[in-house]
Amino acid sequence: MTDWVIETHNLTKIYQMGNIEVRALDGIDIQIERGSVISIMGPSGSGKSTLMNLLGCLDRPTGGDYILDGIHVGKMKDDELADVRNRKVGFVFQSFNLLPRQTSMANVELPMRYAGIIKGRREKAAQALQAVGLADRMTHKPTELSGGQQQRVAIARALVNDPAIIMADEPTGNLDSKSGKEIMELILNLNKTKGTTIIIVTHDPVVAEQTQRIIRLIDGKVLAEDGIA
Amino acid sequence: MNFGQAIIEAIESLNANKTRSGLTILGIVIGVAAVIAMLAVGNGAQNTITGSISGLGSNLLFVFRGNFTEEVRNPEYLTQADADAISDPFQAPSVAMVAPVINSNLEVTFSGEKTTPTINGVTPSYQQVRNMTLAEGEFINEEHILGLASVAVIGTDVADTLFGHRDGLIGETIRIEGQPFRIIGVLESVGGSAFGSEDNVVNIPITTAQTRLIRRASDRVDSILVQAASADSVSQATEEISEILRYRHRTKLGADDFTVFSQQDFVKTAQTITNVLTIFLGGIAGISLLVGGIGIMNIMLVSVTERTKEIGLRKALGARRKDILIQFLTESSLLSLLGGVIGIGLGWLIAFIVGKIAAASNTQLNPVVGLDAILLATLFSTAVGLFFGIYPANRAASLQPVEALRHE
Ligand SMILES: Nc1ncnc2c1ncn2[C@@H]1O[C@H](COP(=O)(O)OP(=O)(O)O)[C@@H](O)[C@H]1O
Ligand SMILES: [Mg+2]
Repeated sequence: MTDWVIETHNLTKIYQMGNIEVRALDGIDIQIERGSVISIMGPSGSGKSTLMNLLGCLDRPTGGDYILDGIHVGKMKDDELADVRNRKVGFVFQSFNLLPRQTSMANVELPMRYAGIIKGRREKAAQALQAVGLADRMTHKPTELSGGQQQRVAIARALVNDPAIIMADEPTGNLDSKSGKEIMELILNLNKTKGTTIIIVTHDPVVAEQTQRIIRLIDGKVLAEDGIA
Repeated sequence: MNFGQAIIEAIESLNANKTRSGLTILGIVIGVAAVIAMLAVGNGAQNTITGSISGLGSNLLFVFRGNFTEEVRNPEYLTQADADAISDPFQAPSVAMVAPVINSNLEVTFSGEKTTPTINGVTPSYQQVRNMTLAEGEFINEEHILGLASVAVIGTDVADTLFGHRDGLIGETIRIEGQPFRIIGVLESVGGSAFGSEDNVVNIPITTAQTRLIRRASDRVDSILVQAASADSVSQATEEISEILRYRHRTKLGADDFTVFSQQDFVKTAQTITNVLTIFLGGIAGISLLVGGIGIMNIMLVSVTERTKEIGLRKALGARRKDILIQFLTESSLLSLLGGVIGIGLGWLIAFIVGKIAAASNTQLNPVVGLDAILLATLFSTAVGLFFGIYPANRAASLQPVEALRHE
C-alpha cells in the first residue's frame, strides 16, 4: 500500500460573491505520496492558490474530505488547525512574508515559539539559516537582504519545525532567474536530504520539469497528470 | 510563547511607532496624573481640616444655640447660667471643664497700626479646654474676671501686625475699639486652620467683653465649649449636657433648641464633605483616564488593521487565538502601564506644586499622594489598557489566516 501524505476526496471550495457562486475548486481527488515532489500548474484563476490554502489548512473547504498525514482535518477547530500548520506544514510564499522589523534569526524562531519550544531554539534557528547559506546574515533584517536572501530566510523558517510537507506558492515568482534557480535547488535539496514532501505551485515550466509529477488545474478541476502518478 | 518574549516583542512593536505610541501614552499620562493630583489635593484638604479640628483641643464638645437639623422657632440664647449648670459635677459627672465664649471681630490698634482680629471673651478654663500654651506671660485668671480687668492675651498674628515682633510685649497697652487693654500674655503660634488663622485672636475676660465691648444682653454667651472627662465619656457628656439644657430651656417635649457637637462629629462632617469633594474631583479626573483608554482602543484598532497581514502570517506559522490575543493585549497594557507610571510621577509633581502654591498664599494644604492612590491608578490604568485592548485584540485573533494573508 502506498503511503499517502495527502488525500482529498471531492474537495470543493465555493466563494459566494453576492448572488454569484464562484466554484474555485470543483471536486478535487488527489493523492500525494510521502516524500514526493510535485508541482501544481494551471492558468491564472484556475484555483491553484485556493487548493494550496486548503492543503495547508489555512482555509476550510466548502465540501469534501481532506486527510493530511493521517489526520482528518475537516472538522478541526481553529486552534487545532493552527497546531497542524505549525507541526506538519512549512510555507514558502511568493512575497516572502517575513516580519519586517525582526532579524532573520527571530523570523526563523517564530514557528518554534508557537510550538512552545524554548530550549535549543536559537541553535536550531542558526542551523536552519546555515542550511540555506545565510550563516552570516543572522542578525540582518529583511530590508537589509536581497529578494533571494529573504526567500532563503523563509525557507529556513519553513523547515525549522521539521514539517512533513513544504508548500510553496510560486516561490520564484518575485525573483530573478538566477536567484529563482538557487531557491529551487534549495527546496529540492530538502527533499533529497530529509525526505520532506514538497508541493510547488508554479507558472514556470522549467520549475515544473524539476518535479516528479505535475497536477494541472483548469477551472477548479484536475485536468491531467503528468509524470510518475 | 512565553511572557517575557511577549513583552519584548510588544516593546519592539511600540518602539517602531514612537510618535504614535507616545501620543497614546500621553492620553493615559494626563488621565492618571489628574486622578493622582486630585486625590492628593482632596486628601490634603481632608488632613488639613480634620487636623485643625483635632488641634482645637481634646475631647471637646461644642454647644451652639439653635438646632442644625430641625427647624426650631425662637431658640433660647445660651447663658452663663447654662454654662454654670453644665459645670455642676452632680448633674454632669462626665464633664471635666466648661468654657463659655462670646466673640466678635473688632478693631485693635497700637500707635497707628491696626488690625481686626477675633475678640474672644473667655474664662480661665478656656486655656485648658482649647489646649493653649503661652509663649510668654500668663492667661486670664479669676481675679481678672471678677474685676472686669482690661487685660488681653494676644495671638502671634496680632503681635506681628501691631508690633512687628512677638516678645517683650507684656505690659504694652493696645486699644480695642478705642479702649485701652494691657497685654498680659502672648500665645504660642498654632498656625492656620480650616477656620482661618487661630493666631489672629485677642482673648479678654468674658465679663469685660460683656460689659464694655461686645455688649450681650444680660448674661448671654455665644457658645459653650465643654471638655469631657475622657475620650470614652464624650457621648455620655453629650447626653448629660442635652438633658440639662432641655430642662433649663423647657424643651423636654419638642425639638432641642440647641446643638451639642463633638469634635468627632465635626471631623466626620468634614470628612463627608471632603470625601464628596475628593470623589467628585477624582471622578472628573477618571473621565479623562477613560478618554485616554479610548485613545488606546483607537490606536490598537489602527494597529490591527495595519498588521492584518502580519497576523495572517503568524497564524499560518501556527499562532493560536490565544497567542495573538496575548500579543495585542500586552501591547495595549504596556501602553497604559507606561502611561500610568509616568502619570503617577506627573501627578505627584502637580500635587507638590499645588502644595507649594498653597504655602506661598498662606493656605495650609499639604497634598498627600497615598500608596492607595498609586495602586489604584496603576491598577485602573492597566485595567483600562486591558479593557480597551480586548476589542481590538479579539478582532485580530478572530481573523481567518487566508483572508489576513491576502490583505495588503
Ligand atoms: N476570497 C475570494 N473570494 C472570491 N473569489 C475568490 C477568492 N479567492 C479566489 N477567488 C476566485 O477563485 C478562483 C481561483 O482563484 P485562485 O485560487 O487564486 O487562482 P490561481 O491561484 O490559480 O490564480 C478565481 O476565479 C478567483 O477569482
Ligand atoms: Mg495564485
